[in-house]
Amino acid sequence: MTETTQTTSLPLPGRVGRQRRWRVLPIIEVAVLVIAVLLPFVLKDYLTIYATRVLILCLFALSFDLVWGYAGIMSFGQAVFFGTAGYGVALIARDLGVTSILLVLPAGLLIGFAFALLLGGFLLLGRHPSSVIFVSLGTLTGSYAADRVARGWYYLGGQNGIPSIPPMTLGSYDITEGPVYYYMTLGILLAVYLLCRFLVRSQFGLALAGLRENEQRIAFFGYQVQRLKAIIFSFAGAVAGLAGSLYAFHEGFVWPNMLGVVISTQVVLYVLFGGSGTLIGAVIGTVAIEAVSFWLSNSYQDIWPIILGVLLLLVILFRPAGLVSLILSERERVGNFGRLPEEGDRGSS
Amino acid sequence: MALLEARGLIKIFGKLTALNGADLTVYENEFHGLIGPNGSGKSTLMKCVAGAEIPTSGTVTFGGRDISQASPAERARAGMSLKFQITSVLPALTLYDNILLALQAQCSLPSLVFSRSRGVLHDRAMAMLEQFRLVDRAAEPASALSHGQQQWLEIAMALAPEPKLLLLDEPTGGMSLEERRVTGELLQPIKKKCSLVIVEHDLDFIRDICDRLTVLDQGSVLDCGSVSHIQSSARVQEVYLRRA
Repeated sequence: MTETTQTTSLPLPGRVGRQRRWRVLPIIEVAVLVIAVLLPFVLKDYLTIYATRVLILCLFALSFDLVWGYAGIMSFGQAVFFGTAGYGVALIARDLGVTSILLVLPAGLLIGFAFALLLGGFLLLGRHPSSVIFVSLGTLTGSYAADRVARGWYYLGGQNGIPSIPPMTLGSYDITEGPVYYYMTLGILLAVYLLCRFLVRSQFGLALAGLRENEQRIAFFGYQVQRLKAIIFSFAGAVAGLAGSLYAFHEGFVWPNMLGVVISTQVVLYVLFGGSGTLIGAVIGTVAIEAVSFWLSNSYQDIWPIILGVLLLLVILFRPAGLVSLILSERERVGNFGRLPEEGDRGSS
Repeated sequence: MALLEARGLIKIFGKLTALNGADLTVYENEFHGLIGPNGSGKSTLMKCVAGAEIPTSGTVTFGGRDISQASPAERARAGMSLKFQITSVLPALTLYDNILLALQAQCSLPSLVFSRSRGVLHDRAMAMLEQFRLVDRAAEPASALSHGQQQWLEIAMALAPEPKLLLLDEPTGGMSLEERRVTGELLQPIKKKCSLVIVEHDLDFIRDICDRLTVLDQGSVLDCGSVSHIQSSARVQEVYLRRA
């Protein structure tokens, strides 16, 4: 990758000769991966199931980090894509009897993509760039409306949702909750993470950084900013859809909350808590909030939401760049996009 | 041959008429200065040309094509480039990435996703940084630069895509005398490559680098012509003395 700013051989001010600094981000990423791989060996079975749910939520959080952390689009409605994909695959399984992983996961991904394209097209593809407030309220409204529609639609099971979704299958093998589901989810999360990492460190990622930093400025370079936003919004919708379909089969049921404002807000907190614009921050934030919630809900059954709320407020107030900013520098968080200038390049023109 | 022609531009903001039938003609490879007292409509005219503002009425043609209603991105793709009055480099990105961002704006989506043009654009990015004396700081974030250097970086960003017309809104604003002198030096070599429209309060600076000047007053063109013509214009003298 190209994010080795600190290792450049250019004679930078205040620096003599070649100096190499350790990059923290890959170390954090590898450490998180190693822990995730080893976790089922030390966890009890019921906790492995809980950890699987957390991994799925990590995937969901990646989708929000893409739109907010990288493109500066404040989506308060990511649950629309998570939930519609969940409902979509639940209906495919219930009404068509299709449970093959080779069909339902791509279907979930496509449903998330299609709904994001639809909502994103409406909110983002106007003649003039949409304001952050317009997009925030538009996505929030979308999430609320989807929740209400699901609650009121008998075909979707109304308030109760769709229960007893059969397990996902691979050939004749049922993929049920437990270590197999855990490692399958981890593999998918890793693949999506690497894909997102590739994307945000590419030249497309640089365009996204420009979008986030100064949308108006890059329009004057010739970037079609609305189209860029719609593309990343739809891609993130596909990731949320993938997460939603995994969630539906893991839990065995879907219900209107999957589409609603609460989970839409929850994913915002995951990312802000961990640190937006880093991908790994989304994963760490999700794990941290879910782990603390789990522990607090066992230890302080009555007041745990208050304690959690205060904790979140403290981090957002005193560490607005999230938990990862405790060990990750701002420069490394932003990263580099071009091939690094080498000493021999000076005057190469 | 005229590269840019703005005819009868009117721009009204509420009760304020910022432009009142202003005209502007810029020829190929010409350095054209826009001068006038504060509030005369220079920046508004520049914005109407660049697409930051859509004129209430009037037309803008660029390379023979009517671009009056075109978006800034469409104008940029047609070969127009703007440096804003307020410095708007991307502070969190390195200097190198700021230039690369400007250079890659017209690459296709697959090219961006697979970073296909990264290698090709590298030399051009380095050349721009070299030209603007910023190459030694290529790997630093733009926020680390002084105000004058940020202005140079933004001019380099505007020039990087090799536009046909470069629009500079107060490029020496807030610069020291030495930085102004260097800016003049940096701009001279681009004369062979593109046309330039420059809004500037420093009359000495603009006299040194421009071929022709347009003088605005209260949203209208007061006079237009060569530097010597403007210097000897009684109407221009009168306006500047009146405001002084």
